[in-house]
Amino acid sequence: MTQQYQFSVNGKAVSVSLDNEATPLLDVLRNELGLMGTRFGCGLEQCGCCMVLIDGAPVKSCSREISTLAGKTITTVEGLGTPERPHPLQQAFLDEQAGQCGYCLAGILISAKALLEKNPSPTRKEIALALDGNICRCGSHNRIMRAVEKAATVMRGAKS
Amino acid sequence: MNAPALPGTLNDNPVLDRWVSFPAPGKVTVNTGRVELGQGVLTAMQQVATDELYVSMARVTVHSGDTVRAPNEGYTAGSQSIQTGAVAMRQACADVRALFLAQAAAIIGCKPDELSVRDGSILHNGASTGQDYWTLAGAIDLTAKATGSGARKAVADFTSIGQSSARLDLPPKIFGDAIFIHDMKLDGMVHARVVRQPNRGATIGTIDEAAIKRAAKGPVDLVRNGNFLAIVGSNETAVDLAGAAAVNHVAWQNVEAPTPLQQEAYWLLQRPTVDRVLGSPEPSDSQGRQRFEATFTRGFVAHASISPSCGLALFKDGQMTVWTHCQGVFPLRAALARTLKLEPSAIIVHHVQGSGCYGHNGADDAAADAAIIAMQKPGTPVRVRWRREEEFVYEPKSPSMVVKVRALLDDAGKPADWTQEIWSGNHNGRPGGGSSLLGEEALPGYTPPPPPNEVPEAAGGGATRNAEPLYDIPEKRIVHHKIVEQPVRVSALRGLGATANVFALECCIDELAERAGQDPVAYRLSITSDPRARAVIEKAAAMANWQPGPPNGGEGHGRGVAFARYKNKAAYCAVVVDLDVDEEIRLNNVWCATDGGLIVSPDGALNQLEGGIIQAASWVLKEQVRFDNDAPTGPSAFDWETYPVLKFSEVPEITIALLNTKDEVPLGIGEVAGGPVAAAIGNAVSHALGVRIRDLPLTRERIAATLLKE
Repeated sequence: MTQQYQFSVNGKAVSVSLDNEATPLLDVLRNELGLMGTRFGCGLEQCGCCMVLIDGAPVKSCSREISTLAGKTITTVEGLGTPERPHPLQQAFLDEQAGQCGYCLAGILISAKALLEKNPSPTRKEIALALDGNICRCGSHNRIMRAVEKAATVMRGAKS
Repeated sequence: MNAPALPGTLNDNPVLDRWVSFPAPGKVTVNTGRVELGQGVLTAMQQVATDELYVSMARVTVHSGDTVRAPNEGYTAGSQSIQTGAVAMRQACADVRALFLAQAAAIIGCKPDELSVRDGSILHNGASTGQDYWTLAGAIDLTAKATGSGARKAVADFTSIGQSSARLDLPPKIFGDAIFIHDMKLDGMVHARVVRQPNRGATIGTIDEAAIKRAAKGPVDLVRNGNFLAIVGSNETAVDLAGAAAVNHVAWQNVEAPTPLQQEAYWLLQRPTVDRVLGSPEPSDSQGRQRFEATFTRGFVAHASISPSCGLALFKDGQMTVWTHCQGVFPLRAALARTLKLEPSAIIVHHVQGSGCYGHNGADDAAADAAIIAMQKPGTPVRVRWRREEEFVYEPKSPSMVVKVRALLDDAGKPADWTQEIWSGNHNGRPGGGSSLLGEEALPGYTPPPPPNEVPEAAGGGATRNAEPLYDIPEKRIVHHKIVEQPVRVSALRGLGATANVFALECCIDELAERAGQDPVAYRLSITSDPRARAVIEKAAAMANWQPGPPNGGEGHGRGVAFARYKNKAAYCAVVVDLDVDEEIRLNNVWCATDGGLIVSPDGALNQLEGGIIQAASWVLKEQVRFDNDAPTGPSAFDWETYPVLKFSEVPEITIALLNTKDEVPLGIGEVAGGPVAAAIGNAVSHALGVRIRDLPLTRERIAATLLKE
């Protein structure tokens, strides 16, 4: 039976109608809302490619059923910034050329955003642990962690 | 008289308009057969064209990897893109520029060498002529063939090559654009999941269609051709649910699963082999010289791409169009023609970016799946995306290997005679090498092709890659035993046989240094006359502040060094690793010195080396595809828990130096670090524990078992 689901994505109220209440949020983002930045990696909550923020907390969207999201606020990588107005994390990833194939990056940017909101001055170890739920197979880890450190510095500067 | 050979892949694609065109005023398009795999190759090509055409970078668009316009450069593999692809691009651009200068000279009435180009404008003795590439383009026939006579820019005059250029492909990945093949949407597109044939020869017994459709919770159809079965529908969620459920609702006959015995490399020693010897025959006795022998192994390793493979296809009006993230669009087209019984001219293949592949993963097969289904649904675009489990179980694996080294030593304890004996499956299972596409095996009337040939020695060899030491050893040979029948599909993974061969070879060198009571760095230098090899070894040791002397063992902390020149003809690389071992290995630091000749983009090269180092560390510490769990079919590695890779909290600090050798030809660097990293870790672990482990991976279980035996 078709049902309506209402929530907010990247600051905009959205409403989708779906037959299957178990439809994963990831499928809704990609196939209903056309937001392709959140990627499918495993469908098993293991790799982090599909990470989004739900009410500010990092969540793997591949297994999160749409029926649990009424009224929630969701942020995807598209909600971080744009090439014209990049989020400090995105600017730092560009500056550090942090990535190779880039398939993992959207999820990693989201995990990093969640970390920096909780902990504006993370150590390298804290960054690493915060990103352990994201897999990077190309080996861009050190660049990615440098970029997160750099963004943290920029964001602290902007606040002071 | 034969014309001199053109550089790199220009020889096979001499027509200039395959490389360069001037589509609109102020614009240049260069075509490359190389494809973007996250290694930054398109940016490197843009840099090359910028320099050799004397235009600003913003004018240059890079078009890549399709069978319509791009040159046929085979596979984007083997660290060849810069070594053979960029040199071809460079000469093609230089030849094109020469044609324009000749044309301008004829119009102006001067000699071509009085002319120069500045950002596409033709200057005469430095002054404007009113002519530029775009005013002249109509008069120049770019269907002409390259001659190789266009003067290439001097290295000292490069403005773009040698500079770290920001990657073209990164911003869309950082802003979440729909850049990947997985993100493509075509009008009227249907989604599909394949119900995989468990193994070649397995046949469908029964299909519980009702159960599959119930699981979908939405409308789906089944498409079948022989033993090729797929779920198709317009709602991806429903197709995905049905695809996952179908594994349990289709009964197969003639199923063969690999056995736990086959997962260990030593299994290879019991199998029938195809043998050959490269080099002089092995001496029948040691002639009084000291003999050293050691055996090393490595299990099956997965590519483990972060995204499962994806392919799209549309069959319309007799024309098949395929979108794929594979490494070679032309070889895939040929394999698809065979599979679909179409003429190659009826197939167009476009490359679209996927996640990193590091070799032959499921990309070609997913494209074939889409094409097989599309043949049965003319006019409807079909998108196949593999499931995570499907990628792990069905991607071709890097074959397991046993490497036995036998050395005869001279009076000073240096190797005088070296035999590297290898047991391995084939490292070339690519469709372009004659192997079947996975879906093809399930189609009616399928006949298995003859086993493919291993990668030829001229291309660096497969199982034999880097089996010959570069050291000054008077007599060397390779004994190669190929094991054709394998429990799983096997093919190319970054570095091919080099990882296991360099691991074996460089661990042996360390053991020989230890026997001789010598420092491992000094011992290597004492048998190395190639100055570029010496330079990287000395540099890596200096970076690590290497303290000479025989290593102390058994303290739980170790340092190891290793060296290789990839394929003995690409880049040189030396690595020092610092680590601690208690129950498991903790990597602290990796120092790496690399000589890649002329480097197009230093930061791009560093990124590739860093990635190669971390990936090799992951292989060595963690990775083996096992067959000993209760997996539904095939390998028991089917997700990231059964096949873990290195995590953020486990990567070492990495310091890399690129040696300044920009006057030398460019040498491929993408795969150079794997072998040296594997061996340097092996050597460091040996020094930390005081006992050598010769079997990869160096897991916690293996370390514990080794220490218990001591």
